[in-house]
Amino acid sequence: MIGAGVTPIAHAPVDWYAIAPEIALFAAAILIVVLRSVARHDPKVHQASMLIAIAGVAASALFTGVQWAFVHSNGPYQAMSGLVAVDGFGVFVKSVILGATLLALLLSGGYLRREHLESPEYFALMLCSATGMMLMASANDLITIFLSLEILSIALYVLAAFDRRRLSSQEAGLKYFLLGSFSSAVFLYGIALVYGATGTTRLSGIAQFLAKIVLLHDGVLFVGLALLLVGLGFKVAAAPFHMWTPDVYQGAPTPVTAFMAAATKAAAFAAVLRIFVGAFRLYDVDWRPAVFGLAVLSLLVGSIAAVVQTDVKRMLAYQSISHAGYVLIGVQAATDKGTSAALFYVCTYAVMATGAFAIVMLVARRGDDRHELTDYRGLASARPVLAGLLTLFLLAQAGVPLTGGFVAKLSVFSAAIDVGQYWLALVGMLAAVIGAFVYLRIVLAMYAPPDDEAAPEGPRIVVDAGTGVALTIAAGAIVFLGVVPGIVLDFAHAATQLLAR
Amino acid sequence: MSPLLGEVIPVTSKLGYPLLTFLVFLPAMGAVVAMFVPARRPELTRAVGYVTSVATFGMALFLLTQFDTNPLKPGFQLFEDHSWIGALGVRWTLGVDGISLFMVALSALLFPVALLASANISKPKSFTIWMLLLESAMIGVFLALDAMVFFIFFEFVLVPMYFLIAGWGHDNRRYAAMKFFLFTMAGSAFLFAGILSVAFMRQHSTHVLTFDVRALTDWAAAHIHGGTAKVLFVAFAVGFAVKVPLFPFHTWLPDAHTDAPTAGSVVLAGVMLKIGAYGFLRFAIPFFPQAAVDLAPLLLVLAVVGITYGAIVAAMQPNLKRIIAYSSVAHLGFVVLGVFALTNQGISGGLFTMLSHGLTTGALFLLVGMLYDRRHTYELSEFRGIWKVAPVFGGLFVAATFASIGLPGFSGFVGEFLSLLGAFLTSRWYVVVASTGVILAAVYLLWAVQRAFTGEPDDANRATPDIGAREIVTVLPLLGLSLFLGFYPKPVLDRLQPSVEALIHHVELNSDYKAPTVPPAPVAAPEQGTGK
Repeated sequence: MIGAGVTPIAHAPVDWYAIAPEIALFAAAILIVVLRSVARHDPKVHQASMLIAIAGVAASALFTGVQWAFVHSNGPYQAMSGLVAVDGFGVFVKSVILGATLLALLLSGGYLRREHLESPEYFALMLCSATGMMLMASANDLITIFLSLEILSIALYVLAAFDRRRLSSQEAGLKYFLLGSFSSAVFLYGIALVYGATGTTRLSGIAQFLAKIVLLHDGVLFVGLALLLVGLGFKVAAAPFHMWTPDVYQGAPTPVTAFMAAATKAAAFAAVLRIFVGAFRLYDVDWRPAVFGLAVLSLLVGSIAAVVQTDVKRMLAYQSISHAGYVLIGVQAATDKGTSAALFYVCTYAVMATGAFAIVMLVARRGDDRHELTDYRGLASARPVLAGLLTLFLLAQAGVPLTGGFVAKLSVFSAAIDVGQYWLALVGMLAAVIGAFVYLRIVLAMYAPPDDEAAPEGPRIVVDAGTGVALTIAAGAIVFLGVVPGIVLDFAHAATQLLAR
Repeated sequence: MSPLLGEVIPVTSKLGYPLLTFLVFLPAMGAVVAMFVPARRPELTRAVGYVTSVATFGMALFLLTQFDTNPLKPGFQLFEDHSWIGALGVRWTLGVDGISLFMVALSALLFPVALLASANISKPKSFTIWMLLLESAMIGVFLALDAMVFFIFFEFVLVPMYFLIAGWGHDNRRYAAMKFFLFTMAGSAFLFAGILSVAFMRQHSTHVLTFDVRALTDWAAAHIHGGTAKVLFVAFAVGFAVKVPLFPFHTWLPDAHTDAPTAGSVVLAGVMLKIGAYGFLRFAIPFFPQAAVDLAPLLLVLAVVGITYGAIVAAMQPNLKRIIAYSSVAHLGFVVLGVFALTNQGISGGLFTMLSHGLTTGALFLLVGMLYDRRHTYELSEFRGIWKVAPVFGGLFVAATFASIGLPGFSGFVGEFLSLLGAFLTSRWYVVVASTGVILAAVYLLWAVQRAFTGEPDDANRATPDIGAREIVTVLPLLGLSLFLGFYPKPVLDRLQPSVEALIHHVELNSDYKAPTVPPAPVAAPEQGTGK
């Protein structure tokens, strides 16, 4: 019994429902770990853990759907005394993250079997990372964002190095870890400075503070803001904070690369949008030029550096930098239109990146090391369907009409031109031309006759059921997003309107 | 409301069913069907290709009969309008007027011909699929009345064409296909920026986002002036000039034409180049009439340079297909010359030349393709005395050459004559230079014919077989039509004129330009008085 004089520690009421999607994912992760320790040597554990992971994603999606229905009728709100927000914006990003996680899980099953890496921990780590991303999507507080950043990153560091026998995978893990923790530190320092300037870490609180009070000495705030941008710029792989991207994307196991490209970008951009367009909207005159610079640099560095590569996985890694540039075009517009364009772009990029990396994973075959352009020669005659699908995903990334990539580019350019940024849009379009050159090189290689003497006959390309399903979903989605994008565009638009402020 | 738009148009076509939508999607549906035909049944794939493209042609003929020739109705006909991407203001809007009508008909004619000419091609399944997709996109380009739908087709055209060149082309095909894709895409980046800018400028002042060509035309012509109009006009012009191609944006064309398969060259020269000229008439000039008038001299200079440069370079080529490719640069120069003369005769002549060039150059590419099938080379020095061993083939080739040169009696003459006449009214000195192009065309083509077809055949050429029945079927309609239109261009001109008149009237209303009227000869017709 507690004595009468002791006051219980006051804690915020826990709104379980607000974080139910995250809990579902994390519960599945814990279940996998428990199962692994209970049934240590049963070979079926691997199979079961993948199913549990998919079930966890499904449960999480269900809770996210319920949140959407609630937000749609009752409007957005803040829970856990403002630490997290339950709003349309969060639901949209969470849907993208869940979709990307599902696709990555489907790819992983066959990959792990092929590489003899079967272990349930892989799925637990992926779910753990996804939990962090989900939390980041609904974070309404800089501390929550930092926590989720750490949750998602630490699991990803391990995943990147998961193929222990391959030196490049180890290198990827270590590189990602060193630079990642450095950027986390920078981000944390940014939080401290922003807290110092505004007296709160709550995003809505910052917005209210800045609306009420004009800072006479705003140096601390700006340095803090800059550090936040650097920290998140690292996570979204925007130039000039992109140095790690090619090496890590190339070295990490390919399903992890797909997961990083699709889901991490979505989560990190959610944080960028919440912090900059949400909390610091009033100061957009000050941060927009910086984001403008990041966008232009990312577009140019990503597409130009990809031109000189001969490794397909590395080309796609560089291109992911330029795709971050396109999303930043939407961010720097600092309007609702720009935000929903960025959301749509992130969603489309998740689909086309996962699809392209899935084929890269298959073509690499056992050992995950056949990534050179010459390895793609003759793919069209050997495996016409795979070549056709990769062509589809690459053309989508190039922004060819009737694929989602075109609509995504159309919406970010629209957002830029809407606020009078004609030159930024033009830079984006010309970067797309350079990008097209890179993608067409890969396409040309696939449709070239096989190089008889140069390419040694490797093992056959085997498409397992999970990868097949993932590819079908991705291909269907990318055409759907290109031909009838209305549904997702409207969703993104509604999500932006239902943003908790 | 500007005269370009004509009277208020009912939302649905008078037919009660969407003919134009069918026209756009029929080839694409054929492509989908062809996808499900097993690859080991090539004859079935070919049948799908023929049936679909011939059916599309039949539909285009039906469209010609449905087109209202009433000169008082210059606006769009068979109008269709449905929502598509609401969030971005993109609507599925189709319509046809005198400017687009014959481009649609020409596309529908050339595709069955090109497919028939490629009966012996390797990998017929994927070839047919790409060709049919290309046809859909091409017809869509000419029918779209929503600038974004136009752009979607404009850009999508590149994909099938890229694969046709890269997959079935000649030695340097990979380079040619890549160059073609990147050049055009770079050009269309400017076009894209231009379209978005106009649409959003309009949205900022009217609070309605639309890409409807008619609404944008009305608003842009009345509200965008001065430097802004010039910059935007240049953005549009760059996009279209690459496609036409105007000198100095033409360097992709000789490579693409030379290395494309025969069917690809026919379609590329026959209809794809016309998208550029069509774009000038549909977007660049009506959107920014004053800028078009102000910058017309620049485009006229480029056109004239293209005419003479294309002709001179063509004369120097050792490769027969390359000669024809460069002759396209020259021919399209006449088109642009006529268009930017901004007179009724000039624009009609430009449009007529577009149609005529599609027929005659299409025929020439088909014939050169047949020569390649027989001799596996395009090098002029390899051919000698072909006329002797293949008299029918030689005769047809000479006929096609005459048609292309623009000999009176062939459609080329009517088009070029009208272009030059129209341009003479406003820009006399350009015409003086451009007229040399007519003579140069005769020089390079006849010289090529002389080298390849006359003389005594050597051993290599002695066994060249004459033209076959299937091949005659591909060439004869094109040449016959060219001859027919050369003698009787009225049916085409009657349908062009109202839309052209409306366009010129629109330019006059929105700029300080006044189209010259032909001063009547004072003695011959004094009662007609001064120009109206």
